[in-house]
Amino acid sequence: MTTITDPPQGAFRLSMLINDTRYRSYTFQFIALLALISAFAYLGSNLFSNLAAAGLNISYGFLGTPAGYDINQTLVEYNSQSTNARAALVGILNTLLVAFLACVTATVFGVVAGVLRLSNNWLVSKLMSFYVEIFRNIPVLIWIIIIFTIMIAVLPGPRAFRGDEPEASMFLNAIAFTNRGVYIPAPVWGPGSMLVVATFILSVIGVFAYRRYATKLLYDTGRLLPMGWPSLAILFVPTLLIYFVMGMPIGLDYPELKGFNFAGGIKVGGPLIALWFALSIYTGAFIAENVRAGIQAISKGQTEAAGALGLRSGRIMNLVVLPQALRVIIPPLISQYLNITKNSSLAIAVGYADITATLGGITLNQTGRAIECVLLLMLFYLTISLSISAVMNVYNNSVKLKER
Amino acid sequence: MKKSVFLGALTVAGVAAGAAAAGTLDDVKARGTLNCGVTTGLVGFAAPDANGEWKGFDVAVCRAVAAAVLGDASAVEFVPTTGKTRFTALASGEIDMLARNTTWTFSRDVDLKFEFVGINYYDGQGFMVPKELGVSSAKDLDGATVCIQTGTTTELNLADFFRANNISYEPVPIETNAEGNQQYLAGACDTYTTDASGLAASRATYENPGDHVILPEIISKEPLGPLVRHGDNEWADVVRWTLNALIAAEELGVTSANVADLSSAAGDNPEVNRLLGTEDTLGEMLGLDADWASKAITAVGNYGEIFEGNIGESTPIGLARGLNAQWTEGGLLYTPPFR
Repeated sequence: MTTITDPPQGAFRLSMLINDTRYRSYTFQFIALLALISAFAYLGSNLFSNLAAAGLNISYGFLGTPAGYDINQTLVEYNSQSTNARAALVGILNTLLVAFLACVTATVFGVVAGVLRLSNNWLVSKLMSFYVEIFRNIPVLIWIIIIFTIMIAVLPGPRAFRGDEPEASMFLNAIAFTNRGVYIPAPVWGPGSMLVVATFILSVIGVFAYRRYATKLLYDTGRLLPMGWPSLAILFVPTLLIYFVMGMPIGLDYPELKGFNFAGGIKVGGPLIALWFALSIYTGAFIAENVRAGIQAISKGQTEAAGALGLRSGRIMNLVVLPQALRVIIPPLISQYLNITKNSSLAIAVGYADITATLGGITLNQTGRAIECVLLLMLFYLTISLSISAVMNVYNNSVKLKER
Repeated sequence: MKKSVFLGALTVAGVAAGAAAAGTLDDVKARGTLNCGVTTGLVGFAAPDANGEWKGFDVAVCRAVAAAVLGDASAVEFVPTTGKTRFTALASGEIDMLARNTTWTFSRDVDLKFEFVGINYYDGQGFMVPKELGVSSAKDLDGATVCIQTGTTTELNLADFFRANNISYEPVPIETNAEGNQQYLAGACDTYTTDASGLAASRATYENPGDHVILPEIISKEPLGPLVRHGDNEWADVVRWTLNALIAAEELGVTSANVADLSSAAGDNPEVNRLLGTEDTLGEMLGLDADWASKAITAVGNYGEIFEGNIGESTPIGLARGLNAQWTEGGLLYTPPFR
């Protein structure tokens, strides 16, 4: 027996847009939308009429003309005769590189500091809260400049490596720390080296397969296979075997002093290091707080219950606390990743050629196309931020509370 | 910063339309101060002294214009600009004129819609290296790390020079001259390149100026001069002829010492009389007082005095007149006649 009946479906009348609560919100949203659109239309038409009055026009033709300037760190082929669009691409890749590196290290710093901050050791937990409070309360631009300045002042210039009794020497005769950057040996791929790489990739897949098999065995039969040493063995033994069988095809190209600079090897530029380190250590402090909040959000009863079942503390953390804590940690972590990407636009402070420095800096300056360049910059940062959000949301969906 | 550029760009559009109608000269007179864009600090050209007062070669041009227009050389609001911000500041109307070692180029004049009113320093781009490096020519700089101020013509010249000579280099972009000096002195770059006058000015501030040499190659023409917004011809005329008056004063022998005497009554030289307003009505044509040029010269001296006082051979910067001598002495300074 039903006591509630549907409300009478009367005919739609225009006055319902104001009087009926079902439609009223649509009315106001529509009015707000109209106001927003007309405000933007006004700004836009104002911009265009004023640009026309000043004899300027919006044109993206400059993207096809030669940029005319050089860039110190290029991940793709580039010279001063390349187009402005190419220079922008170089900048985009540099932005993505530093953002990716900083996201990874910031997460490591953050998780370590966040867990250690809950440590029972008074000294460790106080040290970590000191780190968090110092680093997140000083603007990141200051950190970038401090780290870069210290690097320039403390590390020796390449000149110091010259002479019979140089003031500075290379670390392990392979790595040179200079105030222009760190030079590390570069791998040289000889014939047959691809086989070694292929073996290594197969080994990585093998490790995952083994772990999956071990887990399945545990769930099915309750037998516990050892995880640690078999994983390591699968990872390294076949690769090393193939490496020696093929006659050591992968060599190293060591950096050496030539002319003004080190030549050979891979150069990790000083600006990249300063920016990378500053962004990770700054954002790491925020992530540490997210991690701490996530862990503390899990009630103590969970830990105690897991302990009562006989789990060891490492397993309690891995199997009980962290999977639940991730639900709290991931959403704010997404915004920290977005912050890193956006804060990387401070790169020009240390001369790192990111997208803001190339497209929004030198190209903008040399062509005078401020509005076009800034619109492109906005589009780029928006795209990249939304992409990061999308990827992280997929991950968040995989760890969030499954309601069955 | 991204936002400020955008807002700046919007105001470019907003102000440019209004400025053409209102007239910068009237704005300056109504405001009572001149907003003049200068560098963030380049000793000799524009830098605050120990008392916080702006001094220098470019500053003198600002002061001369303020004296000519407002009768008060101290009625100048100095706005420090970087290589990147200077054009936005001028286009947006934040500053009335820019006197900041700015190279007169085709695209800046035509495409960026500015009006270069003249040349107050004929310069060229040079390289400074530490003496101990043993480099004697810029062509030996293959593989060098080069510090360069970003957003300047020097950035493009540098790329052209190394490409033309088929040698490689690694640019280190920096924002201000101070950063450039810091990195160069720390050895983070092998050489610092900018206008030769700027290098001399920077070197003068080093602890041991003798340890650094400026290489003989001058790789570009850098005519530096003050500029104003395009489309306001009355204001451009005021700035152009104030600069010309300073140069003409040197040619005609008018100095800050004798200008008071010469402008008290008409003298024998009709050109001096016209310049100082004791004859004819040149000031009125510009919309200024008859003694506009006399006020400017009284305030800052003639071109030669400004040069000697700020960057000449008697100063730590020690630049010779060279190309910047009067045409009568083999230089390039040649003003159109005051008639």
